Amino acid sequence: MPPISQELLDEVALSRAEYEAIIDRLGREPNPLEIGLFGALWSEHCGYKHTKALLRTLPNTSDRLLVAPGAENAGVVDIGDGYAVAFKIESHNHPSAVEPYEGAATGIGGIVRDILAMGARPMALMNSLRFGPPNDDRQRYLLNGVVSGISGYGNCIGVPNVGGEIVFDDSYAGNPLVNAMCVGIIKDAKIMSASADAPGDLIILVGAKTGRDGIHGASGLASRTFEEQAELRSTVQVGNPFLEKVLIEACLEAIELPGVVGMQDCGAAGITSAAVEMAERSELGINIDVAKVHRRETEMSPYEVMLSESQERMILAVKPGHEPRLFDLFEKWDLDAEIIGTFETGNRVVISDASERISSTPVETLTDAPEYQFNSPKPNWLSELQSRDLSNLPDLDITPNDALLKLLASPNIASKHTVWRQYDHQVQNNTVIAPGGDAALLRIQGTNRALAVTTDGNGRLVYLNPRVGAAIAVAEACRNLSCVGAEPVALTDGLNFGNPETPDIQYQLQEAIAGMSEAARAFNIPVVSGNASLYNESPDTAIQPTPIIGALGVLENAQRHATSPLKDEEDAIILIGSHTPWADAETLAGSEAMSVLHNTTAGNPTLDLELETKVQTLTRSLITQGIAKSAHDISQGGLAVAIAESAIQGNIGATIQHETPNADWLPNLFGEPQSRIIVTCDHSDTETILQTAQQANTPATQIGTVGGDQIRINNLINLPFQSVADTWLSAFEQAIAG
Amino acid sequence: MKFGIVVFPGSWSERDMHYAVSDVLGYQAEYIWHRESSFDGFDAILLPGGFSYGDHLRCGAIAAHSPVMGAIKEFANDGGFVFGSCNGFQILCESGLLPGALIRNDHLSFRCSPGTLRVETSSTPFTSQFSDGDVVAMPISHGEGNYQADEETIDMLESDGRVIFRYVDDQNRATVEANPNGTLNNIAGIANEHGNVLGMMPHPERACEPLLGSSDGNPLWQSIAATVDGGRS
Repeated sequence: MPPISQELLDEVALSRAEYEAIIDRLGREPNPLEIGLFGALWSEHCGYKHTKALLRTLPNTSDRLLVAPGAENAGVVDIGDGYAVAFKIESHNHPSAVEPYEGAATGIGGIVRDILAMGARPMALMNSLRFGPPNDDRQRYLLNGVVSGISGYGNCIGVPNVGGEIVFDDSYAGNPLVNAMCVGIIKDAKIMSASADAPGDLIILVGAKTGRDGIHGASGLASRTFEEQAELRSTVQVGNPFLEKVLIEACLEAIELPGVVGMQDCGAAGITSAAVEMAERSELGINIDVAKVHRRETEMSPYEVMLSESQERMILAVKPGHEPRLFDLFEKWDLDAEIIGTFETGNRVVISDASERISSTPVETLTDAPEYQFNSPKPNWLSELQSRDLSNLPDLDITPNDALLKLLASPNIASKHTVWRQYDHQVQNNTVIAPGGDAALLRIQGTNRALAVTTDGNGRLVYLNPRVGAAIAVAEACRNLSCVGAEPVALTDGLNFGNPETPDIQYQLQEAIAGMSEAARAFNIPVVSGNASLYNESPDTAIQPTPIIGALGVLENAQRHATSPLKDEEDAIILIGSHTPWADAETLAGSEAMSVLHNTTAGNPTLDLELETKVQTLTRSLITQGIAKSAHDISQGGLAVAIAESAIQGNIGATIQHETPNADWLPNLFGEPQSRIIVTCDHSDTETILQTAQQANTPATQIGTVGGDQIRINNLINLPFQSVADTWLSAFEQAIAG
Repeated sequence: MKFGIVVFPGSWSERDMHYAVSDVLGYQAEYIWHRESSFDGFDAILLPGGFSYGDHLRCGAIAAHSPVMGAIKEFANDGGFVFGSCNGFQILCESGLLPGALIRNDHLSFRCSPGTLRVETSSTPFTSQFSDGDVVAMPISHGEGNYQADEETIDMLESDGRVIFRYVDDQNRATVEANPNGTLNNIAGIANEHGNVLGMMPHPERACEPLLGSSDGNPLWQSIAATVDGGRS
């Protein structure tokens, strides 16, 4: 037999060494169907070849943990009062680069089914998006397509989209990032497992019919760098949100039926990965007859049926004899349901086409993808970038007032309300804090509790220092939860990186995961789920390493929350985390000001995790005691932008007055020191807050007062409120209008 | 007082309506499946928001021909109270229970935002617990809320006092800026000739608790209940 062609291996993204390993394990050459199965299951998307070893180092224990990370489709945490929450973030970067509307839409559909598979009702969505600068037609096309896809799909399925983030940077121009997070709620701990109970259990495929869409999505789109994207358009799936909505309701009814023991979504690699992963979890074999699969196209080969990524399908494991009621239920919802196989004793994945057996392989050979470990050195270019002296920058020909307006107009900082208002963020009647706050807040009906959710990532900081930058992403996500008063309880991570076969990307991966791990341990919370999207590169460049952190927080009394807008005249503005509002030159590292004003990304970000946790604990306690009337953290754009944002949202001015700084205005106004939160309180509560801070050994100081119709910061900034507000509110729409 | 809340495949406000009338206000409420061709024992029928049947063809067009709509037409013709919001309003127009049509928002995007409405009249079974001219907050969330009808119909609606809710700004002015979707005369909700069928784009069921930003929707359900209970006594 002639050796397998490189072309065929490339098609399924297997290396020659991996192919040899398959022959070794099977004791024979795989047939064409099996090559497809291995390609899908050993893809980075399904097999986590380059990240498995690193992900094992993340903290994975907690008193609240009900389903351990990696054990099921999503981790599940106890949030009290008999409720549990399943949540997870997932990427759909490559499909969205090729076909932005459907890529983003099916990204929503996929993550919703992951959560549904846990037996949870999806109750919130968020998106983390990255594009190249919007002063370019293609980037605007991608942005508009992605936002329309999220809006078109998400609004139809009745799950509120409560925000997220949109960030622009050159490095994403050839490879946008589209990450979606879904949060689902489970009552009375009725968690579903994606496994069967015993041999003889039926494998029932429900939902949409199977077509040829999305074949090689996992192995092709998600496992290659990006040179031939246009020709891969046909590998993007097409979504039908109406079917998804009906499927959600039908599946939530189905799990109440006797005999329905397991549920799994058909995501990447379709029936193949769904069924094989269920077999692995159940420690059973499976028999699948592809002839039984309902199709919407004729003459599909077994290969196409097994690897189709047609959307809106789920697999149920059902005890024999209980299927008639299930069929009645799916008929009620006008959905297909078909027995396509059975779970069997043993460990074989047997695939037949009617009476013809076409493949038989051991489960573990398919699921036990190779694991690549690496320990790559720090690249020299990075040491150079980090050691750049930020106290000695070229003089700027701009006033502090104009610099603030310029930063507020940056698409990374300007208000995204024109995007959020295209998403239904209120359906299900739980949304307490809508998109645009530090975190979204959703109350739990029938309890006093609320859930806070946020997604955060900062590619620039991770690029400059993968370990510290990733720790900052975790710290900032938790800080955003704390700013609404919620205690962080769990994290999910969306790892977006370049080609893991190159040493620089390997260094970024190993360091970033170590940094996430350090920070999560400092907060004593587990990483319960996640997703790895590698090979995010264009021919020009790799993306900035972008771990997106999704964080979940619990607030015991939903009424006692805080929002970011300033509230009332004469309220005191208090900074927590520092005795001075000013910041030194090092805090310009990776800052928006450096990027916008100096067109440079350099420096070395720092984080003090001990200070960070103290600042957050104090902030939460001030909010839940009802003393803090507003809270907002200092992040992109530094002090000046944080004050301006809260003032604009509150429709009221503010004055910051503190002893004159001795350094340059740039870092003082726009540096981005971590671990700082601005709260406001009635001026009569100022002393209480400062004393509480002192007792907690946490720095805090009053830095100003709410009120008036100006934004003032010492003698550096003095702008009429309206011009600041107009700039921040209108700049994004102007930027994307082209 | 017992509400019947219709569920079409693709509806998503039915649970929110149930929550508002039952959990918040304590009235009885039951779901009615779209395939039912008859029902009994309800004082008012609610048509929820969502994307019934995926809004394929036109929003509300397929739902208007579902079995349950035959029963609802009979119920309405007998003087029963029928209320639809969002997709429910679209279905009422498509089924001919209300005049006119809801087309794509003039800016061509879906719009979800707080809504400010003026209650044009409190002399309807749906608004008796408001006062004439009340300015109330109820959110909007739709892509096709742009109400259109011929000039004659609009004149009739206006002169007969059948425009029940109108979009206004926070100064109570029905301006172009306050109009979220291009709807004629800033119309947010209308009633039928006999006043027993009301359709509106905003979501009163989402304005059911101060924690969610507004409880201004509650008087609408309370008005229906007051009319029903008043009729009985």
